[in-house]
Amino acid sequence: MGIESTADDFSVGVSTFDGEILANAIDAYVPPEGGIHPREAARHHADVASKVLREAFTKSRIRPKSLSVLAFSQGPGLGPCLRTGATVARALSSYLGIPLVGVNHCIAHIEIGKLRAGAKDPVTLYVSGGNTMVVAFESGRYRVFGETLDIALGNCLDVFAREAGLRQKVGMPFGAVIEKLALGGKKLIPLPYSVKGMDVSLSGLLTASVALLKKGDCRLEDLCYSLQETAFSMVTEVTERALAHTGKKELLLTGGVAANRRLQSMIRAVAEEHGVRFETVETQFAVDNGAMIAWTGALAYTHGVVTPVEESFVRLRWRPEEVEVPWAE
Amino acid sequence: MKKRLPKEYRPQKLDEQIRTYRTIHEPQLMHEAKRAGVPTPMIFLVDVKNTTIIMEYIDGKQVKQLLSDISEAERQRLCFRIGQLIAKLHECGLIHGDLTTSNMIVGLEGRVFFVDFGLGDRSGQVEARGVDLHLMKRALESTHYQFAKTCFESVLAGYESVLGAGAAKSVLDKIREIERRGRYVAERKQEESSA
Repeated sequence: MGIESTADDFSVGVSTFDGEILANAIDAYVPPEGGIHPREAARHHADVASKVLREAFTKSRIRPKSLSVLAFSQGPGLGPCLRTGATVARALSSYLGIPLVGVNHCIAHIEIGKLRAGAKDPVTLYVSGGNTMVVAFESGRYRVFGETLDIALGNCLDVFAREAGLRQKVGMPFGAVIEKLALGGKKLIPLPYSVKGMDVSLSGLLTASVALLKKGDCRLEDLCYSLQETAFSMVTEVTERALAHTGKKELLLTGGVAANRRLQSMIRAVAEEHGVRFETVETQFAVDNGAMIAWTGALAYTHGVVTPVEESFVRLRWRPEEVEVPWAE
Repeated sequence: MKKRLPKEYRPQKLDEQIRTYRTIHEPQLMHEAKRAGVPTPMIFLVDVKNTTIIMEYIDGKQVKQLLSDISEAERQRLCFRIGQLIAKLHECGLIHGDLTTSNMIVGLEGRVFFVDFGLGDRSGQVEARGVDLHLMKRALESTHYQFAKTCFESVLAGYESVLGAGAAKSVLDKIREIERRGRYVAERKQEESSA
């Protein structure tokens, strides 16, 4: 079983050791207004924890006693949210007398992507509300080849949407709202394009977009379109560089922003041009989910990784390179 | 010949802007780099319309390929030299913008050439210099993780030998600041645990 609670989602997944996903129950916290307040989100997680757990047990038809390992998302993420998930995990593992496995959230995104897409050794573009990174496996670890120097891609879109007074709802997050508006965009407005080596910087793009929005001379559709085209071109460019640099044969797109069709088409175009396989993941496994934690926990556990309770403190800024990955070759 | 091909994934207008901009700026910066004392390939022709640059072919090896094949002493000497060249660029207000070991070539006579100025810029700001060196550090960490630490130390030593301790320190402080701005970094972690 895997428990995920790094940010706004509380999710519990169940996986077999062969990678069959038996359950993936998710409850997302949608703030009434503004961004995610860590404490409020953590309160939400605590409120829905027992409901989501019950749902995961019911769906998987697994009795608590049949579980063999309890994995949880140990970081990176928002402190109060992580702590809530970790507390649930510790309590369950001690009650059931089964080992705990702390899982790196970013690595879990890659592992579930590999599992669901049938990938072996991809270059992964992982883009979400909290993360933007290009990662590939090299000598025992997942190494970050490129990343954002400031804000995450999803964060950039979310803040713009809020500044524009847009509304999100369950099943229609800000990213989807912007994607829909962008379809009506006709004019490409010049915005700062900032690629630094294999890294990107998105904060200037956001500031410029919001400034144009406030000025009121541009159609919102055109702005959404231009913001998407510019930001996605930047991350696609660095992904292409990492692909050329590593010479890998697969390109995996995952994370919440992977649901965006336009981004998918850009990454697919790069994959086709380089003659490599393009892979993406169904939305329920691309967004933050418990199944990815369960599966990665299973991989780690079968390779001898367990996390003693005294070492199960959450790691807010845990980089993927810090984790040894004995299961990937 | 370096031809910037259209990228199908980008909208045409944006793609043309980016390719034209880089085709014009790259040779300018390469020329200025030469004046700063940093070897770069000779430019023969710039064809903006076809986003093509024709330049001298440098016979030699990429630092990326070389770095793991040479002795520790040679490696540190090479990194020191790279640091000196970066400092010379920065001294003249030039930013390379893509300092990776794939973009440095050691010629047959042992001269180190810098190529690929497409992402470069003119700036004398400590911020820009810091980002530039930070890129170098990141490139070493992701590609040459076995000896990234000592290599980067040699780069910094070379950098300091040209620009002096004061300027080098302010850039080093800037690199730390840039890293702290990053999302998941040990520096911040230390601050959190000591807080």
